[in-house]
Amino acid sequence: MKEPLLRTERLVKRYGGLLATDNVSIDVRPGEIHALIGPNGAGKTTLVHQLTGVVAPDSGTIHFAGHDITRLPTHARVRLGLGRSFQITSVLREFTALENVALAVQGHAGHSFRFLADARRDETLRAPARRLLDEVGLGARGSVLASALSHGEQRQLELAMALAGDPTVLLLDEPMAGMGVEESQRLIGFLRALKQKHAMLLIEHDMDAVFQLADRITVLVYGRAIASGTPGEIRANAEVRQAYLGEEMA
Amino acid sequence: MMAALRTPRGIATALILLVLAALPLLTQAFDQRYLLSIGTRIIIWSIAAVSLNMILGYGGMVSFGHAMFFGIGGYAVGILSAHGVSSGWIQWPVALLAATAWAALIGLLSLRTRGLYFIMITLAFAQLVYYVGSGLEAYGGDDGLNISRSRFPGLIDLRDKASFYWLCFALLCASLWFCSRYANSRFGLVIRGAKSNELRMTALGFPVFRYRLAAFTIAGALGGLSGILLANEGAYISPAMMSWMKSGDLIVIIVLGGMGTLFGPLYGTIAFFVLEEALPPVLNLVHKGWGEYWMIVFGPLLVLIALYARGGIDSLLGRRHD
Repeated sequence: MKEPLLRTERLVKRYGGLLATDNVSIDVRPGEIHALIGPNGAGKTTLVHQLTGVVAPDSGTIHFAGHDITRLPTHARVRLGLGRSFQITSVLREFTALENVALAVQGHAGHSFRFLADARRDETLRAPARRLLDEVGLGARGSVLASALSHGEQRQLELAMALAGDPTVLLLDEPMAGMGVEESQRLIGFLRALKQKHAMLLIEHDMDAVFQLADRITVLVYGRAIASGTPGEIRANAEVRQAYLGEEMA
Repeated sequence: MMAALRTPRGIATALILLVLAALPLLTQAFDQRYLLSIGTRIIIWSIAAVSLNMILGYGGMVSFGHAMFFGIGGYAVGILSAHGVSSGWIQWPVALLAATAWAALIGLLSLRTRGLYFIMITLAFAQLVYYVGSGLEAYGGDDGLNISRSRFPGLIDLRDKASFYWLCFALLCASLWFCSRYANSRFGLVIRGAKSNELRMTALGFPVFRYRLAAFTIAGALGGLSGILLANEGAYISPAMMSWMKSGDLIVIIVLGGMGTLFGPLYGTIAFFVLEEALPPVLNLVHKGWGEYWMIVFGPLLVLIALYARGGIDSLLGRRHD
């Protein structure tokens, strides 16, 4: 088995009396999409926040690409190659699509303490940005303000931004949220093509998408990982069916 | 460059800069020396406004204490002068260093907060500096202190009003040039991106705090420069130059002129000073004694700008394309 890229070990996070993350040990291996599912309030978001560095775990460790990143700030994790998209669309609304991606490229191009040269005409930023926009299918929308893009386009833009750093692992927090059926299908095809280069941890409510995409699925309930396995195993797991999938699997 | 001159904004800005460049000649020709002193103060305040705009306009960091840098720059010059150090070659670097160091220190503390807390903490630091200034009995306390102007022997005589004006004007042009580069540089885009969506910028790998601290420090240094000039303009320092009302005036100027626009601070300063000078006599013409209450007209005017001309005077000059 390949060495995992991202690995948590016995992660615990408490909020008062509530165990939001209860001894969670999961990993993401090269070339795979690992989906994380669970009902609302299962602690998915809390887990993502610990992975991205927004909140610190009470105990346990997070390893990424050979580093212990448990105490590393967000921006440093991103620089190591841990990319993410947001649950709620998060783009720079006052900037054009191309500028959004160019800034993402800039974020991985060394420090930005450069005060005089015009970054808006810097081809070392704009050329890769254009290529990324093409890749996600927004090539023709580069000069449009991000705020003027449709919801689906904004999600595509986010993906282009997440890919700018050529991340080894992508954390995708509900990438299908708010998308129509057709847009979702397109995104599923795109993510599938992407996974050889970028392993993914996928948090998603759309079960169709999860079962189409995931190589492995971990089910989170009340902060605890109650099951982990291939889509087939998860489908057959009685505890999962009872706790979560219920009607949907019938 | 030439294309920019064909827009209303380009024409207006070119005219303003032309008039400002020739102001000493114009005031001499029309024998209005008094206007040159107002002009000098407009230029100096514009530099301060440009510096505040770099953090407030482009970065969304609403510092309510920017006039403290008037004070730091001014008092550094004044205190050295009071001790017989009159050379500008010593005074100015020391003053700039003091403003830079102070900006870095309070930036380090205040930039950990956001929104209203940032406003309050910058105000608190400014008040601290203000009360230290008014407590310095050796340097005039509340009454302030008359000082002699900085000396640059063989280079320029700051006592000559036209020379001093042109020096200030050159420094304003340099500030505007720097700001125009800053705004579209990699650094400036990080600052503007963080104003738009800080979380996003962090997720893109930018240590936002460091960039903001650097921007705050640069703005403080440039603010310190305007303080140096202000002390030399009146040959006088006093705590009043860094009262919280001056900080408020600077914010008003930026909102009036257009936040996050290159020339907004300049438009805003000119409008502010012109209204301050012109409203009282105009109101006195309407009814004798009303001039005293010019703020009654100025206040609602600001409210109208805030409500209907979000981009300030700059937005009245047509769409921007940057």
